[in-house]
Amino acid sequence: MVASTSKFKYIVCDPELCIGCQLCEYICSYTKTGEFNSYRSRIRTVRVDEVLITAVACQTCENAPCVAACTRDALTQDPETGIIRIDPKKCDGCAWCIEACDFGAISINHETKLAEFCNQCEDIEGGPQCVKWCPKDALEYTTPDQRAQRTRHKLVESSLEFPTKAKDPR
Amino acid sequence: MYGYSGRILHIDLGEKTHWVEEKPEEWYKVYIGGVGMATRLCWENIEVGCDPYAPGNPVCFANGIFAGTPVPVGGKYGLASKSPLTGFIGDSLSGSWLCTAMKRAQWDGIVIHNASENWVHIFINDDRVEFLPAKDLLGLGTYETEEKIRDMFGDDQVRSATIGPSGENIVRFGNVTNDGRQAGRTGHGAVWGSKKLKAVSIRGTNGVTVADPETLLKMAFDITEAAQGPHTQKYRVYGTSTNMLNMNKLGLLPTRNYQEGVFEFADQVSGEYLDEHHKVKVIACTQCPIACEQMSLVKTGPFAGAMTGIEYECLQAVSSNCGIGDMRAAIRLIDVADKSGMDAMSMGVTISYSMECYERGVLKKEDFKCKASPDGIELNFGNGEGAVILAQMIRDREGIGDLLAEGTRRAAKAIDEERGTESYKWAMNIKGLETPGYDARALKTFALGLAVGTRGGCHNRSAAYDPDIKGVTNRFTVDGTRGLVASRSEEYAAVYDTLPMCKFIRRCFTGKADRAGAWPAIAKLINATTGWNFDYDDVDRIGVRSHTLKKAFNIREGWTEKDDDLPYRWKHEPMTKGPSAGHIVTEEELKYLKKIYYEAKGWTEEGLIPKKLLVELGMDDIAEEIGV
Repeated sequence: MVASTSKFKYIVCDPELCIGCQLCEYICSYTKTGEFNSYRSRIRTVRVDEVLITAVACQTCENAPCVAACTRDALTQDPETGIIRIDPKKCDGCAWCIEACDFGAISINHETKLAEFCNQCEDIEGGPQCVKWCPKDALEYTTPDQRAQRTRHKLVESSLEFPTKAKDPR
Repeated sequence: MYGYSGRILHIDLGEKTHWVEEKPEEWYKVYIGGVGMATRLCWENIEVGCDPYAPGNPVCFANGIFAGTPVPVGGKYGLASKSPLTGFIGDSLSGSWLCTAMKRAQWDGIVIHNASENWVHIFINDDRVEFLPAKDLLGLGTYETEEKIRDMFGDDQVRSATIGPSGENIVRFGNVTNDGRQAGRTGHGAVWGSKKLKAVSIRGTNGVTVADPETLLKMAFDITEAAQGPHTQKYRVYGTSTNMLNMNKLGLLPTRNYQEGVFEFADQVSGEYLDEHHKVKVIACTQCPIACEQMSLVKTGPFAGAMTGIEYECLQAVSSNCGIGDMRAAIRLIDVADKSGMDAMSMGVTISYSMECYERGVLKKEDFKCKASPDGIELNFGNGEGAVILAQMIRDREGIGDLLAEGTRRAAKAIDEERGTESYKWAMNIKGLETPGYDARALKTFALGLAVGTRGGCHNRSAAYDPDIKGVTNRFTVDGTRGLVASRSEEYAAVYDTLPMCKFIRRCFTGKADRAGAWPAIAKLINATTGWNFDYDDVDRIGVRSHTLKKAFNIREGWTEKDDDLPYRWKHEPMTKGPSAGHIVTEEELKYLKKIYYEAKGWTEEGLIPKKLLVELGMDDIAEEIGV
């Protein structure tokens, strides 16, 4: 899995845990549009082959290439959160941002002709709904630093010959 | 109308035209979706009495009521045609993404009529229907076909149902695959092949709305949570393959073509063994928080690289049932079936039939000559490599594979006529559909459920093994209660198959899987989706209607009481080993069981349906045609 180049929080999926149920898509599209529709989901399930399954949403890159690529200055990046914001008056749906995105995390709404981004459900209490609904805890709302920290912990844990805590039965 | 669009899409493969039929809300309240609605569409559109390969046999899709929403395990559709194996209703279910595309394209049902002159790929793009040439897709496996189509459109949300080489070759038990899941049984692939229909792809872009999203989401969230607990542990951890050891312990595991019910190498082909040595990952259908599909890979030996999802029914059919104690060969056999688009259950039982023919001298080594094995095959039970070659011969209709591709009933008839043998005695099928992974000689309620089953030897439509195995009924004996138990069991299953929802969720509503535990929650889900006012009785009636409808279909296609039968072996040859040894279902027992079953249904002694009963169920036009 390609890691984000971000210092900001973002939503990441562990392909080892993702089962491809698409619940994240259903719940995202409902949260954003009031309808269930994978095409309108800001997070997309990716089924590369029979077993390689994951989900991808905006990775809040630092110096986001989509912002740089926008020919009409319709995109800005929130300096605090890294969330990409769009000015619908300026965006003309030209899709350059889609081409610039290394993660395929942007899509165009075919009706409004506007680019659509994950905004981490910043306006919703309880944060990202996809993370809340993921039945296998494959989705995580995290930062690269936090992930690195966890990796270090896991490494140390796995080098021990005795368990230090009970395993989650899930 | 919420939950439905009110529209059925009709497509004519011969004329290359399509039209839209509108259905009133009342029609949906009776037929709902899944196998119920698919059977009804087949009833309305079939040329009665036609050959299953005739242009008059339609391909009928019916979507699920919950498809395209987050309702757990509601991501399924039903598929129906007249079955080439049984000549009766061929109704199947398949899960995963295709149904969500169909929902977003706003088609409740799709009926494909007639036959095409050249191989065709139908592309349904919301309201548009295109007939694309399928020349470039021919010969490709099921998954490859889907991948190629998605690559062509550059859109992962375009989902396809396809046939593989088996369907193209009209192997009678060929099936239809979408997203790695199959509408597996009764030979849909052969029907598609006879129509030169390689694939149906759907792109749907409209949002799905429901009547009461707040209630729906709350219930969906709670059920999703419950599905991570003990109620589904069996499915999540080992998948259904964990049944291998359970059935072996009960002496019910089909072994060497149902000669015995205990397999000495069961440990080597168990779900536990699979988990330890072959499992790569678990995956799910769309909307499913359980994820039972155990994707398994062969890492060593001649079959290295074979990979597919493994579950109990297919596993027992190709392992213990063929005397094969090598998991690698078993995975490869299911891999051949899945990639080429044929039913691994029917294929396994057809191979085990051939193995018994070989061991009894009915078929000889040279009968199995083929390109891969020019001198023939010594097809003893346990010969995994031979079984794989035979599976490929069936797929390609090469050599004797051409005959075996007709399934056990027809193959045995042809072999016995030609050679003066009696191989029908070990051709394990009911109504022409090969039997499932429970030896019914020592499961008497289930034996009844299978004998009267509308689609033949199928464990999905009757769940009567459940009371037998749990000890609710005495599995070794027959008594007057069994008619009602078998009847209620198939009507229970028909509720799930008609919504449709996967039965693996049945304990997650309240912790109890019985009607009292599940129906009120299902009624609430239906009401939140559609805005209807369904209650317990309405949900229960879904199953009664759906099952009665399938029976009515069969009656119109010429069913008589004689068709409700069991394989010769189960009636005459007891097993000699294990806890289920010594039992058979005698002709007298079967006759009695059928009698009390028809009584429990309120049908006539000949198993026909009274007019009054059909009218009560709201199926007046059917009463007119076949009611007595």
